[in-house]
This record gives sequence, structure tokens and C-alpha cells, in this order.
Amino acid sequence: MNGNSKTVRRITYREAVHEALRDALLRDQRVFLMGEDVGRYGGCFAVSKGLLEEFGPERIRDTPLSESTFTGAGIGAALGGMRPIVEIMTVNFSLLASDQILNNAATYLHMSGGLFNVPLVIRMATGGGRQLAAQHSHSLEGWYAHIPGIRVLTPATLEDARGMLWTALEDPDPVLIFEHSTLYNMEGDLPVDAGPVDIDRARVRRPGRDITIITYGASLFKVLDAAETLSGEGIEAEVIDLRTLRPLDDRTFLDSVARTHRALVVDEGWRSGSLSAEISARIMEGAFYELDVPVERICSAEVPMPYAKHLEEAALPQVDKILASVRRMVTSHG
Amino acid sequence: MGEFCMPSLGADMQAGTLLEWKVKPGDRVKRGDIIAVVDTDKAAIEVESFESGVVEQLLVQPGEKVPVGTVLAIIRTEHMTAGAEAVAPAPAEPLPVRAGMEPKLRPGMVEPVARELPLPRPPLQPSPTARIVPGLAEGVETVPPVPLPPPTAARTERIKASPLARRLAVELGVDLGTVRGTGPDGAIGRADVESAAAGRPIPAAAAPGLLPETKAPSPPAEAKAPPTDYQAGMRRAIAAAMARSNREIPHYYLETRIDMSRALRWLEAENLKRSIKERILSVVLLLKAVAKALGEVPELNGYWIEDRFQAQEAINIGFAISLRQGGLITPALLSVDTKSLDEVMEAMRDLITRTRAGRLRSSELTDATITVTSLGDLGVETVYGVIYPPQVALVGFGKITEQPWAESGMLGIRPVVMATLAGDHRATDGRRGAQFLDALNRFLQEPANL
Repeated sequence: MNGNSKTVRRITYREAVHEALRDALLRDQRVFLMGEDVGRYGGCFAVSKGLLEEFGPERIRDTPLSESTFTGAGIGAALGGMRPIVEIMTVNFSLLASDQILNNAATYLHMSGGLFNVPLVIRMATGGGRQLAAQHSHSLEGWYAHIPGIRVLTPATLEDARGMLWTALEDPDPVLIFEHSTLYNMEGDLPVDAGPVDIDRARVRRPGRDITIITYGASLFKVLDAAETLSGEGIEAEVIDLRTLRPLDDRTFLDSVARTHRALVVDEGWRSGSLSAEISARIMEGAFYELDVPVERICSAEVPMPYAKHLEEAALPQVDKILASVRRMVTSHG
Repeated sequence: MGEFCMPSLGADMQAGTLLEWKVKPGDRVKRGDIIAVVDTDKAAIEVESFESGVVEQLLVQPGEKVPVGTVLAIIRTEHMTAGAEAVAPAPAEPLPVRAGMEPKLRPGMVEPVARELPLPRPPLQPSPTARIVPGLAEGVETVPPVPLPPPTAARTERIKASPLARRLAVELGVDLGTVRGTGPDGAIGRADVESAAAGRPIPAAAAPGLLPETKAPSPPAEAKAPPTDYQAGMRRAIAAAMARSNREIPHYYLETRIDMSRALRWLEAENLKRSIKERILSVVLLLKAVAKALGEVPELNGYWIEDRFQAQEAINIGFAISLRQGGLITPALLSVDTKSLDEVMEAMRDLITRTRAGRLRSSELTDATITVTSLGDLGVETVYGVIYPPQVALVGFGKITEQPWAESGMLGIRPVVMATLAGDHRATDGRRGAQFLDALNRFLQEPANL
């Protein structure tokens, strides 16, 4: 499909999420948004600005600073037939609600013998890069991807920011959406008629023959930048955006590894016991005889995220690290 | 310390007869030296040593037939003789035994090590001392067995190779022991195996399409050995088939010039929609048009056997692929009539890759119902083919060249290909052949319907 000026428009990631929320609120009367500062303040990342005025305090609800309570309330509302969207300010704060998420939202269907499902959507910001220090900057989505009973989404592109929410609301079970905080200001073209997208499959964002780079979230753009540079050197990297961390679409990256025979995982989470470790293990299980070099990983340094800008940059995956790893992996055999 | 075992010289080989020893006890051998001649069902084959050392003992006499894996000789390896004392004993563990092989501990074998050392004795080295030379391998048997952890670090080095390299080595019949690794710590990667495979003749298994009666050749000593018996064998097979063709088949030849401008224009537009690797080559249009035209003239698709024409339902087009090492093979693109252009392209790409890698399926070597030869990439304008018996037709295409073309009273320049038909006059007459070329032309003027 060829885009032109009439069918696409300039939009930010923030606006795309805003549109997705507004669209959901318009489509289904059972949908409501609840969280800290989502109403009068317009959301701490300004995603819900204007929604209170348009939809009123019944459907755009400011909550106390009590993640466990309002997440629990969201679970109750979902059980009662509503389609709540709970916003948690950052993934670090979600740990206060992790009991509700793991012990209640993720287990009710099982504990009730299949009687009660929990159609709840929880959105939260994740990731570092904005000098918000060690209590606001971590990437813990990999932890949630460990939990059976929930679905974990990481929209990186405008299309996914716009389209994943509605599909998540239609899912009968709890869905967690992680929006990387550095993406909100990202601007790009989105088709005017952009709508719901699937939340099952990873996507090949750039085809290539020499190496498969598996990533998600904001790291996608670092990887795409690196792939562009590598292309100038004659190295064609295939870039895979996981999009959904649970259930993990391993078929897509296993097929890719079968074509390229090399795999690099770029994950902003910490390395030990991480999602990147899971991906590496699945490649061993599913594509061992395709591998020409060992799987490598680029993750965040295993430290609390530093505040100082240069230290934070050093702690996060960066383009130069990706370039160095790929060059080494691709040239290691003649 | 190494055992020199009866090698497997083909997937179907169960046993071999030792014909001759090229060494005697006490002889010093280097890795790669020919040390024995073994007879298989197909040929006498020289077998080389995989290790350097001194021949300690010959265990099998010439004339004896023994199962694959049987220890034939014991070779005391270099560092065994030089630094045996330094080798620490390994913990007692079951001796690694390869399938079909009795572990044969001989006194002479363990002594150099055991003399200075307390029991337990070190386990046998699992790595084989004899390897078949690359180029001969027909199956999986010739790759090294999965190496077990060495009893001590100083002993035989495990071959470092990536999983992909190991798999490819099996598929291509390459002995990893002969491949030089270019990766970290000398690790062998895909590229190393592929270049090792490229530097030698393709395995005999790939040849039967043209080599029904050829025997397995004796192996070249090195990958870059001078032309081998194998190539001579292929030459002989081509000679036999072509001589038979010219002796038995009364050929007739027809040729026609075909305007390719519509087909190429259409193809160019089609290819714009495709990624580079999905693009369709013009030869695919030609093949597909041949298949369609055969639908109208089925008397050209089949075999002349037992004094009568036997039409074939499937249209399997033998496609001549010349080999870099010389010679050619004409594996079949199966059921071209039922495949889309994309599928034919995909099948052709796959076929060429596998032909050059020596991995063809038997059906592809025996089921061609007609042959197409395209020599256009060499600049040839017209091909007069020799039919591959028992087929009854061969279609030739030359290079697509710009030529003056008169049409409707106007003169223009068009891309033109010369299509030729070599027909078996026993099966068809010139009239049917002409109808075939006419249909071929017609289908190429309507490329969208191919």
C-alpha cells in the first residue's frame, strides 16, 4: 500500500495513544479510564488530556496514590461486566499492584473453575532514558511476561500505539500494555484510517539475510538505526519487533534465525533471568542446528538505573553497542 | 593413541573388505596419508589416516571382510609418544563405544600410557583415526561421530564447529576434520564448510541423473586434486547417453523467432511488486510457456520405450544445470504445468542450489519428461539440442537479443528469442512440432495468463 498525503497524517505516539483511548471510550459504554492524575491533570504523560471534559468524571476517574487499591477496583469492575482501563504511572509503581495482578487478575479464571474471567486492561509507562533515576526508569515488562494468565503488549510503533488497545479490550482476560516513556514524543506518519491491530504476532520490521535482531519497545528504533548503518557496510540485519511478550510468538523469530543463522537480542531489561534469556533459550530449543554463531544479548547494565545522563546512557542498550556486536558476529567466519 | 577403523564409505555400506595395507607396524604416518585400500560394493577406495603417529599394530589381514567400525589398526599418536607421562589418568568411566563396534583394548595400545600410571586405564579415544576423503561421501556416515569430552585437556582437540556447520557438513558430505575454521579459536562456521564443499567435486550421489552405471570413483587425495575419475565418469555417462540418442533417435529440428517485448514488459511490471529475492527470471516465463504449449501438444511430453510413445501425465521439465566443476546435470522441475510462476521460480532456485550442493532427490533425476536447454546467458543465439533418451523432445532457447522486427508493415526493434525444438521423428512429425512452437509463441504473447 502506498501512502500519500491524503491518507496519512503526522502524529505523535502520545496522540496515537490518546486517540486509541478516545476511540475505545466512544465505541463501548462499558469502557472507563482510571488512574493517578488521568483526569484533571490530563495524565502524567499528558495522554488523557481533554478526556475528562469530553467523557465526564464517571468515565475518567482520578484515583488516590494507591496502586493496589485502584488496580483491585479495576479487577472488580471487570468481573462486574465493565471494560476498565487502569493506568499505572510507571512500571516501578506497578509493583505495589503486583499482588492484585498476579494473585487476582491472572488467577481468577483458574480459581473459579472457568466461571469468572477478568477483561481488564492495565497501561503503564516503562523504560529509561529520561533521567528519572532508579525508581522510575526500569523495564520490568519481562517480569510480567513470566506470569501465565495475562497478556503482555509492548507497542513500539504509532500503528501499534493506536491499534493495540481496542484489541486488548476485546480480550476476555487481563492485558498489560507497556508504553516506553521515551516514545511519547516520537512523531511519524500514521494512516488516517488506522484502527485495531492484532496482538498475537511479532513483526519483521526490516528484512535482512545476515543476522536476526530481536527486540521490542523503544529499543526497536535503536536497532533500526543500527541496521541502517550496517546496511551501508554490506550487512543486512533482519529486525524483529516482538510486540507481544506473552504469549511469545517464537515462530517468527525462529523462522528468521533459520534464514540468517545468527541471532542478537536487544532488551532494555536486566540480563539475568530476563526475557532475553527466554528468547535465547527458545532459539536453542527450536533453532539450534540453524545457528552459526552463539546467540548474543545486549541488555541494560545490572545496576539501578543511574540518574546522571552519561551514566544512564552507558547503562542502556545503544546503537554503538549493537553495531559492535553485529559486526563481530557476522564477520567471525570469514 | 588412535584406532583406525573400517570407515563407512556410503550410507548403505555395512561392511568392507580390506584389500591391502599401505603401511606396516613401525611405520610413521602423517594425517592424510593413505594407509589402506578397502573394497566396497562399488569400488576399491584408498583410505587415509586422520591422525599422525606410528603404526603400532595391524589387526585385520588383507582379504578379511569386517563390519563398519571394526578396528583395523592401532596408531600411536605423536603426543602419546612424546609426552605420554604428562597425561593424567581420567576417572574410570564406561568406555565410549561406537555403534556396531566392540571396544578392543590391546595390550600394546594402553601400555605407553599405563606403564607410568596407576589404574584405571584411560578410555579409548572416541575419535576415529580414519576418515573418508571428501568428495566421496554419500551419506551421513562419514562425518565425525559426536565427540565425547576428552579425558584430559591435552588430548585430542574437539572440533569446534557451529551447529549449522555440523548440519551442513552432514548434508554436503564434508568431513569437519579436514575443514579449516576461520572463526574465534578456529571455530568452523557455515562459510568454512561451504568453501570446503565448493572446492571439491560434488558427491557421487548427485550424479545418477546422468550416471546410471558409473562406479564410485577413487577419492582425490586433496580437495584441489586434478580432474578425478569422477569427472571422467560423468563425461562417460554423457557420452553414452548422447551417442545413444544420435544413434537411435531420428531428430528433426524446427526453429522460430519469438517477440519477447510483451512478456518482458509484463515481467518488469510484475517484478516491481516483488522484493529482489522474489523476482522472477525471464527463463521462468519460457519454462511455463513450454509447459502450457505441451498441454496442447502432449505427444512431445513423454518417453519412447519399447517401440512406442508413452505419454506422461505430469509435465516435468528437465532443466540443464552446468556444474562449476564441469559436466552437467538435468534435474527435473516437477509438474511445471500446475505451478504458478512464483512457484516455478522458487522450485528452480531450490533446484539449482541443491544441484550444486549435491542434494537432489531421486525423482528429480529420473522423472523428467522433456528437457529445456537455455544457453542464453553464454551469448548463444540458437540451440540445436540432442534429445535425452527416452524423452522425445528438447526445447532450446538462445539469448534474448534486440533485433529488427517487422510487424504490420512497420519496422521496429524488439527483444527476440530463438526457440528451437529438437523432436524425435518416431514420436511426432514436423507438423505437431510446428504447432508446439506456435503455441509456445502464443503463450508468450499473453504473459499474464502464464
